[in-house]
Amino acid sequence: MTQILIVAEHDGTKLNPSTARCVTAARQVPDAKVTVAVLAAAPEAIAAEAASLAGVDAVLTVAHPANAQPLAAVLAPQIVALAADYSHVFGPSTSFGKDVMPRVAALLGVSQISDLMAVDGSHQFKRPIYAGNAIVTVVATAGQKVVATVRTASFDAAGPGGSAPVTAASPNVALPTHTRFVSKAEAKSDRPDLQTAAKVVSGGRALASAENFKLVFGLAEKMGAAVGASRAAVDAGYAPNELQVGQTGKIIAPQLYLAIGISGAIQHLTGIKDAKTIVAINKDAEAPIFEVADIGLVGDLFQVVPELEKLLG
Amino acid sequence: MRKIMVGVKRVVDYNVRVRVKPDNSGVVLDGVKMSVNPFDEIALEEALRIRERGEAGEIVAVCIGPDDAQQQLRTALAMGADRAILVKHDGLLEPITVARALKAVADRESPEIIILGKQAIDDDNSQATQMLAALLDRPQVTCASKVEIKGQTLVVTREVDAGLETLEVDLPAVISADLRLNEPRYVKLPDIMKAKKKPLDVIEFASLGLADPGQLKITHYEPPKARAKGIMVKDVAELLAALKTKGLVS
Repeated sequence: MTQILIVAEHDGTKLNPSTARCVTAARQVPDAKVTVAVLAAAPEAIAAEAASLAGVDAVLTVAHPANAQPLAAVLAPQIVALAADYSHVFGPSTSFGKDVMPRVAALLGVSQISDLMAVDGSHQFKRPIYAGNAIVTVVATAGQKVVATVRTASFDAAGPGGSAPVTAASPNVALPTHTRFVSKAEAKSDRPDLQTAAKVVSGGRALASAENFKLVFGLAEKMGAAVGASRAAVDAGYAPNELQVGQTGKIIAPQLYLAIGISGAIQHLTGIKDAKTIVAINKDAEAPIFEVADIGLVGDLFQVVPELEKLLG
Repeated sequence: MRKIMVGVKRVVDYNVRVRVKPDNSGVVLDGVKMSVNPFDEIALEEALRIRERGEAGEIVAVCIGPDDAQQQLRTALAMGADRAILVKHDGLLEPITVARALKAVADRESPEIIILGKQAIDDDNSQATQMLAALLDRPQVTCASKVEIKGQTLVVTREVDAGLETLEVDLPAVISADLRLNEPRYVKLPDIMKAKKKPLDVIEFASLGLADPGQLKITHYEPPKARAKGIMVKDVAELLAALKTKGLVS
């Protein structure tokens, strides 16, 4: 049997939806037992959420004041200690997982399989390289631990219906004090979360100012959509960094992706190509975004967007 | 004065649209333009700015790669690195092997700050920084967007999914550069001439005495699935009708 340990992502109180997507990926490994590890200051409520996911066989909790913030250097040795009983260790390919999982892999003496997008077998997986311009099949050596981050856009979230037992663990490892949390600045918003939203309205360089970018926010609000942005728009200061979609930003798979004034650089397209429907509005008919769009409209966004908002009522 | 080590990777230029070979054995690299990984340029730029503030002395650029990567190290020297080290290795390198090689160099050089790019735009692995920090048993701060030195600590703001996070870490530390840390300078012709005289040491990978386990094997390359051809609509009314047909708006 394959024993898979999933490192849960959470904010201290709630489980991040990326974890349920890791569960789906893990369940695709043949004959797997799936355990979710929750490392937190107070893991109980988060663990209960994880235990209720369909496909989770067991939940481990590690309660420690040092786990109040997700510091990779603090979490990694604890995860490595837990990993002794597992053949595979998965985490989400989010800023949390990308930070901590390679540290875990290095301590285990293996390379990580980054952005796992398909499971071919217990030691064979697919992942994208070159901003998604190529997909490679990676075979891990049998008998060595498999450490992977799961590309969350490639897997649906596991649903409810589980009732896994929750067990407390206390790995006996020294925790470093060389890394200390200072603060975080999180955008507080009532809009849907960009990574899990069913609809995303996204703006690009053509918005031309932070003031104009409010058009994107307005339309998103009307549609009940999350807001995204191209790298160009973020670099220019029209939108904050956490809204960036693409190779070096967020990889998303909404039902609807509405790209406004985004030309569609390959680095951006790699972040949206799992969207079910891509709609592009751009005044340049030659923009590469139209090559991937399911519905394209050539037009001036400053006319089209207000009109669309009006017609939506 | 504190030394900064910067990682430099030779990668396919970001403007090149990489294609898979017809026999699925790899990607087409013949005659393709090669460059310094853009995130590594940002890493080096940050090192240069730290030195220009008087907070660092020597800057050493390190590359693990083929002999041709000397070109990218010369670019790093032209940008302002003082010297360069190439650990020569042909063929594919796994992240853990890169991290072990970088650790071997760090053990010799004893830098107080190591800055790498947050990911290489060829294999998109995003592992070397975290692995190097783990192997050195030192702090890591990935995806840095602001770096301040305060005595024997670094205060680093990093880009995370929810926004920004600030960490304080003791030196020595390993950090990775995100897009908005800075905008790298352009190299001027006189600097290119000067760079030719700067020291560039070549070390054989084999001489480091590291295992190259080859734990992950890439067995097949394929192009991504193409999306089905879409439709063009002529105005907003048509767009709305198409969205309604798909049930995407009510």
